[in-house]
Amino acid sequence: MSEVADFTVQHDEDNQAVLHFFGVLDISTAGEMNHRLNGLNQQIDIIDLDGVEAVDTVGAWVIHRLRRDHIAEVRHASPEAIRLMGAVASADEPGQVKAPEMIAPLRILAEMGEATSRALGSTFGTIGFIGSLLVSFVDVARNPSRFRWRALVRHFELVGVTALGIVGLMSFLIGIVIAQQGAVQLRQFGAEIFTINLVGRLTLRELGVLMTAIMVAGRSGSAFAAQIGTMKLTEEVDAMRTIGVEPMEALVLPRVLAAVLMMPLLGFYSSMVAIFGGAILCSLALDIPITTFVTTIQQVVPMHDFYVGMIKAPVFGAIVALSGCYQGMLVKGNAEDVGLRTTAAVVQAIFMIIVLDAFFAVFFTWVGWG
Amino acid sequence: MSEESQALATDLPDIGEPIITIRGLRNAFGEQVVHENLDLDVRRGEIIGVVGGSGTGKSVLMRSIIGLQKPNAGEITVLGRNVCGGDERYLGIRRRWGVLFQGGALFSTLTVGENVTVPMKEFYPDISQQLRHEIALYKIVLSGLPADAANKYPSQLSGGMKKRAGLARALALDPDLLFLDEPTAGLDPIGAAAFDELTRELQQTLGLTVFLITHDLDTLYEICDRVAVLADQKVIGVGTIEELLATDHPWIQEYFNGPRGRAAKSAQMRAHPADYEI
Repeated sequence: MSEVADFTVQHDEDNQAVLHFFGVLDISTAGEMNHRLNGLNQQIDIIDLDGVEAVDTVGAWVIHRLRRDHIAEVRHASPEAIRLMGAVASADEPGQVKAPEMIAPLRILAEMGEATSRALGSTFGTIGFIGSLLVSFVDVARNPSRFRWRALVRHFELVGVTALGIVGLMSFLIGIVIAQQGAVQLRQFGAEIFTINLVGRLTLRELGVLMTAIMVAGRSGSAFAAQIGTMKLTEEVDAMRTIGVEPMEALVLPRVLAAVLMMPLLGFYSSMVAIFGGAILCSLALDIPITTFVTTIQQVVPMHDFYVGMIKAPVFGAIVALSGCYQGMLVKGNAEDVGLRTTAAVVQAIFMIIVLDAFFAVFFTWVGWG
Repeated sequence: MSEESQALATDLPDIGEPIITIRGLRNAFGEQVVHENLDLDVRRGEIIGVVGGSGTGKSVLMRSIIGLQKPNAGEITVLGRNVCGGDERYLGIRRRWGVLFQGGALFSTLTVGENVTVPMKEFYPDISQQLRHEIALYKIVLSGLPADAANKYPSQLSGGMKKRAGLARALALDPDLLFLDEPTAGLDPIGAAAFDELTRELQQTLGLTVFLITHDLDTLYEICDRVAVLADQKVIGVGTIEELLATDHPWIQEYFNGPRGRAAKSAQMRAHPADYEI
C-alpha cells in the first residue's frame, strides 16, 4: 500500500505522553496501523491529529478505540475527523460477529440429542408424508378431474424418456462387464456357455432394476428435491395452499406416480440392453452366435426372474420419488438447505433401495422364486 | 498495485463535479432496446434519485455502472476510469463503491457480521480479524441495527433489518459511492422514513455520493438533491423536482402530479413549511 500513515510517541513539557498521527488514516492503512498500535506498551495521554491528511471511519475507529482504551485527549482534529469519530463513538456497542458456539463436550451431547430427535422426527415425518400422500391419492381417485395429467405426462418425459440414453449406455456397459468377467471365471471350468445364464438372470432379476433405480435416484430424486425445495424457499408452495391447490396433489402425486410407472419400463429396457451388451460380447469374445444366445436365454432364464425385477421396480421408483419430494418439502431457510436436502434425498433413496433389495432377495428365494 | 492505490486516493473530484459520467449508453436484450444514447452525470456529494416506469431500465442502468452488465455501446466513467471494457484499473475502483441490492442479497450462510467482513477480507486482508470484527460491529450499528443482530443469520431478520444489514455490507469499505436499488421498497412507511433519514445522515456524515433507484415519491421529496427521470430509453430530465415540473413531458407531469405525487408533496410541505413560503 502506498498510502502512508505513521505515528510517533513523545513526552511534552508536562511529561504527558503524546501520540502524533501522520498521513492518511483510512481502511488501507488501518491493518498495519492497528498492528503497530497493539504493540504499544505505554499509557498515552494525548492523541495529536495535526499531521493527519485524511481520515475515514476505519481510521476514526482506530483513533476512537485508542482514546477509549487510554482515556486520552484528542487534539487538533479536523472537523471531518471529529464528525467521523463522533459517528463511530456513538456506534460503539459490544457484540459478537460470529454465531455463538458451544464448548465441545456440550456440543457433542447437543448434536447427539439433535440427531436422535431428528431421526425420530424423520421417521414420524415419513409416515405422515406417506399418509397424506395416500389421502390425496384417494381424493384424486374419487375426483379424477382434479388430477394433473399434464404434470404427470411431463414427469413421464423427465423421469423416463430423457433417461433412456444414459440408462441405455450404462446397462450396455454393465452387460458387457458381467459377460466378460463371468466368461473369464467360467472358462476355468470350460463352462463359458453358462455366461448366458449369468447375464440373463442377473440383469433381469437384480442389476437392471437396481442400477436403473440408482440412476433415477441421482437424476430425478435429486431434481424433485431441488425443485420442490426451491419452490418452498420462494413461497410458491405456500401460494399454492392459499389458492386452494394442495401441494401434495399438484407437486408430489404426479412425481411419485411418474416414478412408479416409469421405473418398470426403464428397468425392463435396462435389462434388455444389458442382455444385448452381453450377447455382443459373447459373440465377439466367446464365439457364441447371437441366435444361440437368444435361444439359450429363453431356456435358462425362468419367467419368475422377470417378475422379480418388475415387482421391485415400482417399489424402488416410489422410494426415489418419495424421498426426493419429502426432503424437498422439508426445505426451509436458505439456499444451503436446498443442497443439503437434495443430497439427503439421494443418499436416503439409494440406501433404502439397497436395503429393500436385500430384503426382496431373501423373500423371493423363500417363496420359491430362487 | 501501489501506483494504482496512489491514484485512487487523489482522484476524487471536487464536491459538485461529476463523479460518474455516462455518454451514449446503449443496452439492448435481443430486439428489446432498453437504453439508447443515454447521457447522465452524477455529481460528487449529491443524492441522485433515479425514477422511471417499470421496465425503463433503472436497474439495468445501475448494473451497467457497476460493471455487472456490459453495455452494447457508450462510455461510462466512474472516478475518471472507464468501467466498460478495456480499463484494467476498473477492478481497483470496485472497492470505492458499495451496492445495496433490492432484496439485500446477503450471503445466507454467513451471519450479518460475517457478511460485513467479507469485502474487508477480500480487499484488505492485512486487517486483523479482531479489528475486522470491531469495524463490522460499528458499521452494523451505524446502519441502524442493534449490535446483537451481528451474530444472527439473514433468515432470522425481518425485511427492513435485512436492508439495513445489506447497507452495512455496502458501507464495509468506506466507499465514496453508494448504490441503492429501491431501498425502501417493501418497508412499512415508518421503516421507509427511518431508512430515508439514515441514508441522508450517513451521506452527510461519511461524505457519500448516493445513486438511488426508487419508486418512493416520499424518498424523492425528502432526501434527493436531484432526480433523473428515465423514459423513452434515455434520461429525459435531470434536476430538482421543481425543475422537472417546469418541463412539460407528460410522464413527468403524471408522475409528480398524480395523486401519489401530490400527496408526497403536501406531506413534504407540512414537514418543512419554511421551504415553501413564497
